[in-house]
Amino acid sequence: MEFIDYYKVLEINKTATEADIKKAYRKLARKLHPDLNPNDKDAQKKFQSINEANEVLSDPEKRKKYDTYGKYWQHAEQFEQQAKQRRQNTGGQQFTGADEGDFSSFFESMFGGSERRRQSQYRGQDYNAELTLSLIDAMETHQQTLTVNGKNIRITIPAGIENGQVIKLKGYGSKGANGGLAGDLYIAFNISQNFDFKRLGNDLYTKATIDLYTAILGGETTIETLKGKVKLKVNPETQYGTKIRLKGKGFPVYKKDGEAGDLYVTYEIQLPSNITEEQKTLFTELSKLK
Amino acid sequence: MILASEFCVFHNIELSFIYSLNESGLIDITSIEEKIFVPVSQLKNLEQLMRLNQEMDINVEGLETITYLLQRIKNMQLHIVKLSNRLSFFETE
Repeated sequence: MEFIDYYKVLEINKTATEADIKKAYRKLARKLHPDLNPNDKDAQKKFQSINEANEVLSDPEKRKKYDTYGKYWQHAEQFEQQAKQRRQNTGGQQFTGADEGDFSSFFESMFGGSERRRQSQYRGQDYNAELTLSLIDAMETHQQTLTVNGKNIRITIPAGIENGQVIKLKGYGSKGANGGLAGDLYIAFNISQNFDFKRLGNDLYTKATIDLYTAILGGETTIETLKGKVKLKVNPETQYGTKIRLKGKGFPVYKKDGEAGDLYVTYEIQLPSNITEEQKTLFTELSKLK
Repeated sequence: MILASEFCVFHNIELSFIYSLNESGLIDITSIEEKIFVPVSQLKNLEQLMRLNQEMDINVEGLETITYLLQRIKNMQLHIVKLSNRLSFFETE
């Protein structure tokens, strides 16, 4: 637990008046308020810090205690015992953010639990969660159990979900106050990269290696797709980098059963190595024919 | 639907605030038998607007601007996700 310099947090000096504190707090709150910085965890953390700093510095009694004993917070418990009997409600202004967290352990140590007026919401708070899936997992509609705030939630993840996509589960946030509606649960998906298959929208891209002879004379090759092996016909005189399209063998389209993008296969040609004397002779003859 | 007067009592706000938000097009309200209701779908938005108004003294004109800018941020964030997905395709090429 570290000492927190609340003056530094509010960007004011120790001689700041109540009006200076209010002004500084308001300025920073406008910049960092969670309602104005959706999904910005850094801003929310900073907002929590300025809220805490304001809680202390805008209350003359707390400010006095902080100025006197702040650096010796380890003894705060003793100070707190004395202060308990004469504790009054805070007069400072507080903000309530959507994802507001608790006070720091430094604050708890000096001032005990939060006394501030917390404005309860009628509707429960929303929860945010992140879920990482592999590309293969994202290809199939499947069910997964998540634990959110100690509660197990079984969700169905539709095939074709995109990296960065957010889905909302209505009513899975915290409970509302006085019979108010529960908040929602937002799940952001991270789809991890796959080294063999790259995804662009609903299309997949992969590479297939064929030998020189198949490339020149034509033939067949078998490639891996995300749904198993596929046999391909290779045309004679196939050039390095030739791209072919396998219709409907790409990624499933989100929430459109039976629809899928295409799979693009780029041919890479592997030249023979460790050739024999006989092969060398034949290649030489070939080269003279051109 | 939420009865607007009940919402106002719970949050200790004036009903006129809800009327102002409705007039500026920030929320929709429904009137049934002289009672004003807020659709459930508007509740999250209404609570956010109320917080900004109460906690930072932002008036309705300010709320209109903020709503517009937040929507722009949301659209841009979606655009960024799409672009970074495309970029990652080429970066690992």
